[in-house]
Amino acid sequence: MSFPGAAREALGNAQLRRNLGKATTTIRDKRARTVAELPDWEALRDAGAAIKARAMATLPEQLERLEASVQRAGGVVHWARDGAEANAIVAGVARAHGAREVIKVKSLVTDEIGLNAALAEQGVQAIETDLAELIIQLEGGRPSHILVPAIHRNRAEIRRLFERTIARDGALSDDPPALTDAARRYLRERFLSVPVAVSGANFAVAETGTVAVVESEGNGRMCTTLPDVLVTVMGIEKVLPEWRDLEVFLQLLPRSSTAERMNPYTSLWTGVRDDDGPREFHLVLLDAGRTQVLADEVGRQALHCIRCSACLNVCPVYSRVGGHAYESVYPGPIGAILTPQLRGLKEAPTLPWASSLCGACFDACPVKIDIPSVLVHLRGRVVREAKGRVSAERAAMGAMAAVFASHKRYERAQRLARLGRGPLASAALPGWTRMRDLPEVPRETFRDWWRSRA
Amino acid sequence: MTAVSLFVTCFNDTLFPRAGRATVELLERLGCEVDFPERQTCCGQMHFNSGYADHGEALTRRWEEVFQGAEVVVSPSASCVAHVRAHVASATGRLFELSEFLVDRLGVTDVGASFPHRVTLHPTCHSLRLLRVGDRPRRLLEAVRGIDLVALGEAEECCGFGGTFAVKNADTSMAMLSDKLRHVLATRAEVCAAADTSCLMHIGGALRRQRAGVRTMHVAEILVARE
Repeated sequence: MSFPGAAREALGNAQLRRNLGKATTTIRDKRARTVAELPDWEALRDAGAAIKARAMATLPEQLERLEASVQRAGGVVHWARDGAEANAIVAGVARAHGAREVIKVKSLVTDEIGLNAALAEQGVQAIETDLAELIIQLEGGRPSHILVPAIHRNRAEIRRLFERTIARDGALSDDPPALTDAARRYLRERFLSVPVAVSGANFAVAETGTVAVVESEGNGRMCTTLPDVLVTVMGIEKVLPEWRDLEVFLQLLPRSSTAERMNPYTSLWTGVRDDDGPREFHLVLLDAGRTQVLADEVGRQALHCIRCSACLNVCPVYSRVGGHAYESVYPGPIGAILTPQLRGLKEAPTLPWASSLCGACFDACPVKIDIPSVLVHLRGRVVREAKGRVSAERAAMGAMAAVFASHKRYERAQRLARLGRGPLASAALPGWTRMRDLPEVPRETFRDWWRSRA
Repeated sequence: MTAVSLFVTCFNDTLFPRAGRATVELLERLGCEVDFPERQTCCGQMHFNSGYADHGEALTRRWEEVFQGAEVVVSPSASCVAHVRAHVASATGRLFELSEFLVDRLGVTDVGASFPHRVTLHPTCHSLRLLRVGDRPRRLLEAVRGIDLVALGEAEECCGFGGTFAVKNADTSMAMLSDKLRHVLATRAEVCAAADTSCLMHIGGALRRQRAGVRTMHVAEILVARE
């Protein structure tokens, strides 16, 4: 479905509007307060942007450094051109260990490539261990937010879901501790018995081969330390050149995402050790359209994203329509520039228009991705690629451009507009007047008045 | 006497001439000599933001040529100023949005206006986030005699206009506008003011449709008032 159509459906859901509005407003205010505490926030944003730009400019070199570092530390590195290749690699590792189940750390990239479904086809069940991801999995739904995938659900809805699924034995309350306790009891058994874990990566350091996962609940720490085998799938854009680069991002990310000074759990691991943690570590480096994004000089900054979701929470569009309308694991403003680039513009041609260009996303972005400029750039690409096709919009834009190219023609068009005719009057489209009145065209233009004064 | 070239914008010229007239009268009252280069049309923002970069680029270059010799250019549109600044290097330092010009160049906040009405100010996205005009429009309004200026809730949030966004994503745009309207009506203001008539056409279009009894005015119209 197109974004406008999907958005129209979502906008009619009063419960969704209420849940989303409340959640985004709360986190938006909290983030503003937490960010204001740091006097060097702008310098940190500049540093974050510069590190990412460097990593992308030297990507082949950084990835080879990362591969060598991981191998040196006893890990195995795999390269995957697309989701299918990555899924096959993960399934292969699970099968080699006879695993019928794998436990998962919250990960966007594995959602992007549909890992759970691919594993299920191979007879391997993936169990989500992040509370919100578990909720989504249990209800068979789709995530609607990068950081809080079940943001569209409220407590009562979650209680009813748990009572139907993992806590059938007793009545729960809407109390968050009671709900998390039910999830904890269900998950603990899996943490202690499942031999293979799958994670994504927030960062991977080329210098040392260290992979980092930043989280709040501790389920990630369980997954990355308890099972014998750990497989990490990461998009190639997640690589950071140096260890010291982490200093910048571990300040930027928590404040931008959960509005915390520091997140509760930051797990860092480098290959394998004999006496602790997994005995086997696999790192899957995934392209899946990223090198193609890198080839676009304007659009490539979308690869700098650290998945904090600050742009979602401040977006007036996202906070009303929610994540599902974007039909991607990457919703909101960042999704509107990332999804069409990763999948190809033809797959998501309406997303670059899913923004009023208000600029709130650019202001909030911890790595200064100029999302409005990329949106406008992608709009230009969509229009250019459709060139030659007849459309009322293209004709109107051409006619208006011709009018504006000469002030004589423009003045004639102004006179016609007063009569409700011509290129300037045709801007009065049904989409506008269905819901809003148009101003009457005044009898006298500004320039008429100006001349009458002389 | 400061010589000022007025960039009125095609939108104001055609649909909101009163914003242009108010700007001229205000600038003249403050001792400026205003010139209106009649060859001006559109700066290209609409084409550019709609994906028609070629048309947009041609119009932006045309703007540059029309205003080439002007030492100071003033405009009553934050959005158009932001577009030109981002695309015309030579506009830097000589193109001003009205509130910037009044506060920074002329050094005035009290322009001698009198407007005994209850007013709320929508600060506009492009004033705030592209031009960073900050509280200049509010300070100018605060100095107006008799004005009852009431703060707007969630003021910094977009009204949902966004040019073709209002048409292409009409439902989402309307959802944003509903919330903006709710906040405007909660102020019990009789006037909703802004530094961009495009936002005002959007907000005003819904206020009129609802017979809400709230009118919209460009900030310049209030600053020139002597009621």
